[in-house]
Amino acid sequence: MEGDAELQDLYREVLLDYFRSSTRKGKCDPADLRAHGINPVCGDELEITAVLKDGKVEKLRYAGHGCVISQASAAMMAEALEGADIVKAKALVAAFKKLMLENGDVKGLPPELEQLASLEGVRKFPLRVKCATLGWNTVMQGFEVTKS
Amino acid sequence: MAALNAKKLREDFPILKRLVRGKPLAYLDNAATTQKPRQVIKYLTDFYENHNANVHRGVHTLSEESTNMAEVTRTKLAKFVGSEKAETLIFTRNATESINLVAHAWARKFLKAGDIVLSTEMEHHSNIVPWQLLAAERGIVLKFVPVELDGTLDLAKVKAMLAEGPKLFTFTALSNAIGTVNPVHELIALGKSAGATIHVDACQWAPHKTMDLKAWGADFVSFSAHKMLGPTGIGVLWGREELLEAMDPFLGGGDMISRVTLEKSTWNALPYKFEAGTPNYADQAAFGPALDYLTAVGLENVSAHEHALAEKTRGILEAEGMMVLGPTDPAKRSGVVSFNVPGLHPHDVGTAFDLEGVAVRVGHHCCQPLMHKLQCGGTARASFYLYNDESDVEAFGRALKRTLDFFRVKPKAGVR
Repeated sequence: MEGDAELQDLYREVLLDYFRSSTRKGKCDPADLRAHGINPVCGDELEITAVLKDGKVEKLRYAGHGCVISQASAAMMAEALEGADIVKAKALVAAFKKLMLENGDVKGLPPELEQLASLEGVRKFPLRVKCATLGWNTVMQGFEVTKS
Repeated sequence: MAALNAKKLREDFPILKRLVRGKPLAYLDNAATTQKPRQVIKYLTDFYENHNANVHRGVHTLSEESTNMAEVTRTKLAKFVGSEKAETLIFTRNATESINLVAHAWARKFLKAGDIVLSTEMEHHSNIVPWQLLAAERGIVLKFVPVELDGTLDLAKVKAMLAEGPKLFTFTALSNAIGTVNPVHELIALGKSAGATIHVDACQWAPHKTMDLKAWGADFVSFSAHKMLGPTGIGVLWGREELLEAMDPFLGGGDMISRVTLEKSTWNALPYKFEAGTPNYADQAAFGPALDYLTAVGLENVSAHEHALAEKTRGILEAEGMMVLGPTDPAKRSGVVSFNVPGLHPHDVGTAFDLEGVAVRVGHHCCQPLMHKLQCGGTARASFYLYNDESDVEAFGRALKRTLDFFRVKPKAGVR
């Protein structure tokens, strides 16, 4: 791995750690929020489930098979959104999407999304941006239909 | 064998000189589309610069020239694929449209609720979805011959399903996703003896292997120009003349009529009955030099050359313990090598390869049912063509090593 600066720039160590981590992988059952996302480019599917309590995301899990980028991004998302109130969670989703889709400045990221700066290298690979945003788009769909 | 000189052929393909992410391009995505030789590009430019006018109907010089240039392609194509007549070759936008044409103009007229359409689990979505739409609309029963885990079709299973009396048997000649070469002659013969009408998806066959439509004896065959050095936007449907005659038009409009009154219209002769509106005549014309090019190189040379490169690539992958999909018997394989790196998603493989300048396709290759059957969400796929050479295989090897090193993949021995 040493010396492969190009791959390292895209697949940062912290990203690979989240990819390999299974801390928030799985499903909440029962769940208050349930959403299913598909990346039509590769056919990858992701299921997001969450327990919502007192206007907060108490627990959030992601399940499915995916690439390093989509899985790591979902893992970091689960970590960032857990404990946030729903209004805040939606704002975090918006902030992350701004980073990825509008080339937002990593320095402007809310502290909860600090780790997500590791995905900035993905922006050089426009087709892979969809991998990074899959989980976030999916959870957003979930918030929209959950109406709590 | 009059061996193919890829090094020399490469000079005809301007794009192969470019760099990708600082590395020389190794273009191994030929099953998706092929690059175009200078001869095709120049012809297209010359067409627009010197001959462009709408085809048919015009009596002025340009219209006559452009009509001739477009139509000469049909004649060349008839010779190239062994069609007795040029008129039974219909130009569409792409092979997907060709299949939809059969579904709309033939199947809707001649199939009724309860009739069976038999396909296989190996198909591209374009040979599944049109039939699903038809099934939903007309109550046609859609069935699929299962694919074996080695990516082949079991002829005994084909026979058993044909015994149920399908009205149509529609299958791919060569799998785009995993490169299986199907026994086309046998499949057609089995289908015919069961009384089925036969449609062959020849998208991956026509660019690589000689096709003798007379000897095949199918009823419909589809393929597309862009996978065989030709321009994008040109699909082909070959149909048996009596079937094409018996069918109603697919789309209505200009060019496809014989006479129009406000009450009714009569249809133009073949092939124009199925070519409504201004056709993509410039690309149709520029498909001609692509056919000339392939004829000059010789398809037997093309398939032998790419098969050798693909087998070498398979060797590299298997030596590293990677999963290579499809048959193990080289005789059943083509210039397509579909593989997975254990523990790594094809998208990550594709990106790592791209950094080495190697263009491979990743994902489900529009064959989700096949991927599902073979228990993978997708694969990475290298597909070779006449201009690929050893340098591409070497670049592939470097990209693979780089991927494995970076992601610290430790393959299990003997995994398939």
